[in-house]
Amino acid sequence: MIGLIPFFPLLGFLINGLGGKRISERMSGIIASVVVGLSFIVAITLFGEFLKIGTPLEQTLFTWIAVGKFTVSFSYVLDSLSLVMVLVITGVGLLIHIFSIGYMKGDPGIQRYFSYLNLFTFMMLTLVMSDNFLAMFLGWEGVGLCSYLLIGFWFEDPVKAAAGKKAFIVNRIGDFGFLLAMFLIFSRFGSLKFMDVLIPQQIAQIPIEIVTAITLLLFLGATGKSAQIPLHIWLPDAMAGPTPVSALIHAATMVTAGVYLIARCGILFAASEITMSVIAVIGILTAFFAATIALTETDIKKVLAYSTISQLGFMFAAVGVGAFAAGIFHLMTHAFFKGLLFLAAGSVIHGMSGEQNMLKMGGLKQKMPTTYWTMLAGVAAISGLPLLSGFFSKDEILWNVYSSQFGGNILFGIGLFTAAMTAFYMFRLFFMTFHGDRRWSKEVSPHESPKIMTIPLIMLAVLSVVGGFIGIPESWGGHNFFHQFLQKSTQDATGYITHQYSSGLLLSENILMILSIVAAIGGLLLAYRFYVQRPDIPGKISKSLSIAYKLVSGKYFIDELYGLLFVRPLRNGSELFLKKFDISVIDGIANGSGKVMLVLGNKLRRIQTGVMQNYAAVIFLGVISIIFYLYLK
Amino acid sequence: MDLSLYFTRQDLWGILPEIVLLVGALIILSIELFARSQRAAMLGVGILSLVIAGGFASKNFGSSFILFQGMVTLNDYSTFFDLLYMTAGIVTMVISYNYLERKGGETRGEYFALILFATMGMMLMTRGNDLVIIFLGMELLSLSLYVLVGFLRHDVFSNESAIKYLLLGAFATGFFLFGAVLVYGTTGTTNFQHIASAITNNEILSDTLLSLGIGLLLVGFAFKVALVPFHMWSPDVYQGAPTSVTAFLCTAPKAAGFGALLKVFLVAFPALHADWQDLLWALALLTMIVGNISALVQTNVKRMLAFSSVTHAGYLCIGILVLNEMGVSAILFYLLVYSVMNLGAFGIISLLEKEEKGVNFKDYEGLASKHPWLSASLALFMLSLAGFPPTAGFVAKYTLFSSAISEGYIWLIIIAILNTLVSVYYYVRLIVNMYMRTSEETLVPFLHPLLSVVIFILAISIMFFGVLPGWLIDTVTQAARIYT
Repeated sequence: MIGLIPFFPLLGFLINGLGGKRISERMSGIIASVVVGLSFIVAITLFGEFLKIGTPLEQTLFTWIAVGKFTVSFSYVLDSLSLVMVLVITGVGLLIHIFSIGYMKGDPGIQRYFSYLNLFTFMMLTLVMSDNFLAMFLGWEGVGLCSYLLIGFWFEDPVKAAAGKKAFIVNRIGDFGFLLAMFLIFSRFGSLKFMDVLIPQQIAQIPIEIVTAITLLLFLGATGKSAQIPLHIWLPDAMAGPTPVSALIHAATMVTAGVYLIARCGILFAASEITMSVIAVIGILTAFFAATIALTETDIKKVLAYSTISQLGFMFAAVGVGAFAAGIFHLMTHAFFKGLLFLAAGSVIHGMSGEQNMLKMGGLKQKMPTTYWTMLAGVAAISGLPLLSGFFSKDEILWNVYSSQFGGNILFGIGLFTAAMTAFYMFRLFFMTFHGDRRWSKEVSPHESPKIMTIPLIMLAVLSVVGGFIGIPESWGGHNFFHQFLQKSTQDATGYITHQYSSGLLLSENILMILSIVAAIGGLLLAYRFYVQRPDIPGKISKSLSIAYKLVSGKYFIDELYGLLFVRPLRNGSELFLKKFDISVIDGIANGSGKVMLVLGNKLRRIQTGVMQNYAAVIFLGVISIIFYLYLK
Repeated sequence: MDLSLYFTRQDLWGILPEIVLLVGALIILSIELFARSQRAAMLGVGILSLVIAGGFASKNFGSSFILFQGMVTLNDYSTFFDLLYMTAGIVTMVISYNYLERKGGETRGEYFALILFATMGMMLMTRGNDLVIIFLGMELLSLSLYVLVGFLRHDVFSNESAIKYLLLGAFATGFFLFGAVLVYGTTGTTNFQHIASAITNNEILSDTLLSLGIGLLLVGFAFKVALVPFHMWSPDVYQGAPTSVTAFLCTAPKAAGFGALLKVFLVAFPALHADWQDLLWALALLTMIVGNISALVQTNVKRMLAFSSVTHAGYLCIGILVLNEMGVSAILFYLLVYSVMNLGAFGIISLLEKEEKGVNFKDYEGLASKHPWLSASLALFMLSLAGFPPTAGFVAKYTLFSSAISEGYIWLIIIAILNTLVSVYYYVRLIVNMYMRTSEETLVPFLHPLLSVVIFILAISIMFFGVLPGWLIDTVTQAARIYT
């Protein structure tokens, strides 16, 4: 039964992938959506069953690799943590699939698009449902590959193809961490099953340095996938892909895989204080810096991209201070409102015939009423306006950052300030797009999107508004159903951490909540003043703060820095290698055998003798050094 | 004369596969004598004799024999390799059908006969239990390959690479032979078990000369399997040779080289592992790094795959360092998967090739929209070479690296993983060209049904062994018992 959840999308992938053009445009979208819908139904059914019996559901499909004492079976497990993820992936995924039918209408490669989307869903489900690191790694690599294919989907545009490549390369750096951590785990624990590794007594026997190394390496993998400093550079470029892809992969699901990984291995991470502190600091810093960049972006999708990085930073801060449930809670609400925001932005871009620059929008409120109201719900939710989903989840994170032993006042202060910035830049986006003057050119005739696109928007808007009620904090006398539910998975980790509330806390949870409401509303009002009442102010400010403005709008020039430090030396190095080594040493004077193909005639004889001598000389050198080594030994 | 003094009936039964191949080769040559250009018939006889020989060889599975007074041993290890060579031989023959004609050459009977001779040579290399037999096998293999590489007689590049291969090969053979001589001189025997017992019983005349001998044997093998810095012939030869021959050259003989290397070093010299371990460590490191960086900048797909196969040889060396059966079984698994991937990749390249076109990265632009199945298979082989799960390439790398980690080679594995990550660039580049670029002219494949079936089987097995490697892992675990 559990196996059916990933099976349906795989089936959809096969149908759309192998059928190709034989399947009509309409049909391919319907097939893709139906299979995800079926998975969602199965997931809901199993959710009910899980509530009833209360123990994780498991299904072993087959033994994948068995070498000696080492066995890894391909089995899926559904506990509360993976159930939350599965419901988000299939639920939000289904809405995004439906939205895509409208958004991608008329695209010649639509069958390919839907087959990739289904493959992605399958891989993502494998990632969150597998019961061991190795099968998780399969999903981990698979989602990366699909993301790469979908970012470069409109490959006619070289910029977009290059963006895909960047995402790919950065993710490989993260994968390096994951792989190495996996080997270390196996050599120390003798198993890759979560059930065998994530046992406190077991972890206690491993030297703490090793645990720190393993968790830091896993965290490296997480930073790559979840776009955290310093591996965040790929996500903004990934916006080159179709907008529903940004919503599904680069907002709701794949980029949260890093948070999931840490929450899943919470017990392991909690054992290393160093790693936890690193994660919390990196998380908050990422949240802060990404938010500052979002302040000045004018591309509507780029704002959302940096906002995603920033929100992911919050999630990492949460898991970094040991509040695993809070991190996952925010992951879920974020999937609702950020999925919504991306789709709404997609609806705007669709209505504006592909325009993404907010400077060329404005006054779209009347033209696109449904998009307007749904987006308002999303913007309000992410800003943390009271009682909306983002309010509860963000507040819980801030409270935990403040009160946990790994957090503290400084991290909390930065977090609160970032929350205010979030409200500001999100309402800036909203006002610039829908209010003010109409800045679009005459050729564009903005129009509301068709029903197939607006219905998913409405449903996500409802979720964004009410989604937080499952996690009402206990200081409100609430029950916090979400916490209770997740404890079935994360309770060991949280218990292990011995969450010490520093005794001399100045603020209580409720006072803190008021602070964050003030921050959110302050940000909102500032944005209203700047972008609705006095649109001339932003220009003046950016002039008077020109250096800071340049630094921020240049995204701190991190791409350029990496180019200078790594990319160029590597490329130069390998070119040097080609020129100096492959050609002059290996292939003789200026004529590599690669060029032999091109340079014909009388040169050939000369090259041959030159080459042969060089080759033989190198072999001889090798022999001499081996003999020398053996003699000296 | 009483022949039973020299060999017994059992000995003859043991080498029945070789005899079958020999007869097959002679039949092919005779067909050539009476009726020229009977390509289909010659191909048929070639494949048939490989299948029959394979049938006889596979009967040995599960039992082991010592033949010819210890010169040859038959066990699961040698049988595994026998079947690997024969599979590679069959695939190569299928790929070759029609290929030489398309390149303006002619498929003569020698071509198929030489593949059979080469297969016999390789079988001797992994069946041999004696330095002399290994040497014989190696020479039989090499001489056949020299001719095969230069088979496009009108093609100057083919000729050039054959001459290069021959001269450098002779050079390297000299070192191998000299090494064997030193080992014989110091231990008084060429038989593996006797060498091993001589070493453990302290009957060695000179330690220095023996370790020199081991070093020189290593050089000989390093040349055969193209370890840096003895690899330089391979890009030129792989590129210059007919692609069908390259497919053969970079799979079966490399497997044979590693098979013999493993056997010599793990059966005859395990006691001296401190002597050669560091050398192999350094060779593995150099091979991975140099092969990888060189592959990054290639514009020719065949040349890229040549450097890629150099890199893979570096990974395989890590497995030898593990020095236990887990390492050996990982190597066997890797060699089989590696052969399947490369046969598939070169097979597809060979059928896309036309005169000067079809070997450069640029030629592959836009292939996916015209030939989705072919592109999907090629993409699969590339992903598997890059080690993506759930392909067999991933499982192969995983078992290899984890066996090394458990023996403490952490730094070597860190470097190996980094290399794997870099290597993704050039493998995926081909996929990008096929799927994300468009081009006015796309390549036109020459597909004949048999070849389509073979490529399909290769692609399926890459997926199959990636998802369900259990059966193959059991087989190689059994085959890894070379110490018996």
